[in-house]
Amino acid sequence: MLLSIRSLTKRFPGTLALDDVRFDLKAGEVHALLGENGAGKSTLIKCLTGAYRPDGGDITLDGEKISPRSTSEAQELGIGTVYQEVNLLPNLTVAQNLCFGREPRRMGMIQTRAMTRQADAMLEAYGLDIDVTRDLGLYSVAIQQIVAIARAVALSGKVLILDEPTASLDAREVEMLFEVVRGLREKGLGIVFVSHFLDQVFELSDRVTVLRNGRHVVTEDIAELDRVKLIEHMLGHALETEVDDHATPHDDSAPKRPEMLKFRQMGRAGVVHPFDLDVRQGEVVGLAGLLGSGRTESAEFLFGLRSGGTATDTDGDVPLDTPRKAIAAGFGFAPEDRKTDGIVADLSVRENIALALQAARGWARPIPRAEQARLADMYIERLDIRTSDAEKRVGELSGGNQQKVVLARWLAMNPRFLILDEPTRGIDVGAHAEILRLIHELTAEGMALLVISSELDELIAVSDRVIVVRDRRHVAELTGSDIRTDTIVHAIAHRDDIGEVA
Amino acid sequence: MTNPRLLPLFATIAIFLVACVICYIQFPFMASTRVLGNLLTDNAYLGIVAVGMTIVILSGGIDLSVGSVIAFSGVFIAVLLRDTNLHPMIVFALLLIVTTAFGAAMGGLIHVLAMPAFIVTLAGMFLARGAAYMLTIDSVPIDDPFFEMLQKAYYLMPGKGRLTLIGVVMLITVLVGMIVAHRTRFGASVFAIGGGEQTAKLMGVKVAQTTVGIYAFSGFMAGLSGIVFSIYTGSGYPLATVGTELTAIAAVVIGGAILSGGAGYVFGTLIGVLTMGLIQTYIVFDGSLSSWWTKIVIGALLLLFIVLQKGLLRLSVARLSGGTA
Ligand SMILES: Nc1ncnc2c1ncn2[C@@H]1O[C@H](COP(=O)(O)OP(=O)(O)OP(=O)(O)O)[C@@H](O)[C@H]1O
Ligand SMILES: [Mg+2]
Repeated sequence: MLLSIRSLTKRFPGTLALDDVRFDLKAGEVHALLGENGAGKSTLIKCLTGAYRPDGGDITLDGEKISPRSTSEAQELGIGTVYQEVNLLPNLTVAQNLCFGREPRRMGMIQTRAMTRQADAMLEAYGLDIDVTRDLGLYSVAIQQIVAIARAVALSGKVLILDEPTASLDAREVEMLFEVVRGLREKGLGIVFVSHFLDQVFELSDRVTVLRNGRHVVTEDIAELDRVKLIEHMLGHALETEVDDHATPHDDSAPKRPEMLKFRQMGRAGVVHPFDLDVRQGEVVGLAGLLGSGRTESAEFLFGLRSGGTATDTDGDVPLDTPRKAIAAGFGFAPEDRKTDGIVADLSVRENIALALQAARGWARPIPRAEQARLADMYIERLDIRTSDAEKRVGELSGGNQQKVVLARWLAMNPRFLILDEPTRGIDVGAHAEILRLIHELTAEGMALLVISSELDELIAVSDRVIVVRDRRHVAELTGSDIRTDTIVHAIAHRDDIGEVA
Repeated sequence: MTNPRLLPLFATIAIFLVACVICYIQFPFMASTRVLGNLLTDNAYLGIVAVGMTIVILSGGIDLSVGSVIAFSGVFIAVLLRDTNLHPMIVFALLLIVTTAFGAAMGGLIHVLAMPAFIVTLAGMFLARGAAYMLTIDSVPIDDPFFEMLQKAYYLMPGKGRLTLIGVVMLITVLVGMIVAHRTRFGASVFAIGGGEQTAKLMGVKVAQTTVGIYAFSGFMAGLSGIVFSIYTGSGYPLATVGTELTAIAAVVIGGAILSGGAGYVFGTLIGVLTMGLIQTYIVFDGSLSSWWTKIVIGALLLLFIVLQKGLLRLSVARLSGGTA
């Protein structure tokens, strides 16, 4: 056994995050670590890499007991990690990030040129040809993610840990990552893989360990498990309804809904080719496309984060030059990159949920505390946010639960037009189904939604209409029975060469 | 395409060059090695302490104690030279040990207690000033042959300008600071902590060691600055250099570093110091302007840089979401 963990325990104030957990990793295997949001996966990883001190338990690596006191110690032991939060420094160059702690030196001085060469070499396997002497923060989240992976791979002499590494990657990038991981497996590394994409788990892993509420549930070969059984292990019960039961019927005879918003000439050359969009009451418009195709930018125009174009509703013009005005007009936007755009880590769950509603009302009219508490409790229950109570700092929630809080914030505002950018990223299967259910409820009440998602199944399940974005242009609009995986895929990859992303 | 992080540095250099041109047009004889020599000598202590401050600010911290530490250093040297027979070099060594340890202790407290640097170094500021008073309440002249030699040591540049010892010490310090900040792993860790302490920790930065190191470095520089200041003034006075920490911070910001940490250049700080010195020289040359004009111009420059930094932040955010995909 390469790595083995015995009776690991970690306590946070108010939560027992890990309770007597065991975990074994063989050399040359990909071992998936699964569980609901807040099950304790990231905590297990952080105990292993010295980011947290466990309260009890033993960790053995190659037969020797270890207790890394800091992440640098773990790195020296040959454990490379990609943490769930994109965890590199935007103010350093790509090369500095990649080589951090292992910079080539002569007489104590970092050799910048050698470092640049080393960094270029590290990125080669990922087909990423970027200028490594520029600040990391200037690149997209996807590129930052790949850089983080490249760094971890380079550090992993024995063990590579990937905590939701694919959250912001598109299909092609995921395939590239998997190739790299398979190569490392061949070389005899042990790889820990955390993901909520079960398809990816089945594609890549050899064995699976499931955690639930901080306890070890099962460890098994992937061949012994199917999707249903796996979900049962994770949730502790069968998933009553998977996506399909809620699917919007896609027949062409759908009733015409009343018109609500008309957007004209949204966009700006170089960002997104100007587009028109009509949204009806209670309608769900899906936006499909590869990462970097202009999906997110389209949404940003609609929300006034970028200016260009006009919007009208039945009462006339809707000013959209700033997000504040958009919010005042009843718009909402749950962004994709919730770590940087969404969460206020130091505020409590309650305060985070009340934030958008408060902004919409204006700060002069504070929401009564009791009302805030009611909202918070309601969404904690509805979205199954795992927290000891509503006053907990959001920064102390698990990654998936933080995302639920951001969603709750915009839902609580009860906007008439809500944009959800990747609403279910990093959210477990159970909550995933619950969120789709919620979307249907909201639209039944008349709210219009724009949903951006890379998961076509999800998009098909919720949308009345799907718009496909490619190369910063809206290239197709599918309605009714045309909304199918094959039609969307065809439209996304219309030209057989898939354009270079980067 | 240049890296946008270089822009504040370019702006700093541009402002300095413009200031030089203005001075030259008004007073052509200012373009002499004499003025240059004086500029370096008069601002030597400030330049040295600003190098330490740059490292601190790069890490997202602040060190308010340095002005008091300089005053303490002057008094410490003067009193020890008066009351003992120790050679000045030994006194210097002792002093540097004391101030470095003082800085390290503050760094340790900041890390262990997870206290804001502002509070801890504010306490340090009062402590050091108090310690200076404990040694003496008067101005103590320094009367020592070796000391005199240091004061008179200079290299005569072409054009009769004097490149003094303390001016050279300042330039060397800047060089050392540049290497430490930009070419060592310690420096990389400083930038990392300035970019985000949690992330830095996950990347394997030894946060405790680095924090202690940062404030120890600043303490050392404050001590060295104190030595230079005592050579410059030839005395020790507990009320000296009140507010120098703020002047140093101003120099760092004018030099293009961002106060919240994670971005900046030590070389920029040198230019910041020289710009401030130049303004002062200009006012002296003019003769009719009163000295508070220095402060007004520095205030305006500070504002300008804060605005510039905000603009840059916008720019890089816009590029991030608009340019690369
Ligand atoms: N720094 C912290 N302080 C307090 N509680 C914490 C902290 N980090 C995690 N927790 C708690 O520990 C539990 C496990 O969290 P963890 O991040 O390990 O979940 P996870 O399995 O990674 O979930 P996800 O799939 O959402 O990432 C959660 O209840 C969380 O609230
Ligand atoms: Mg997690």
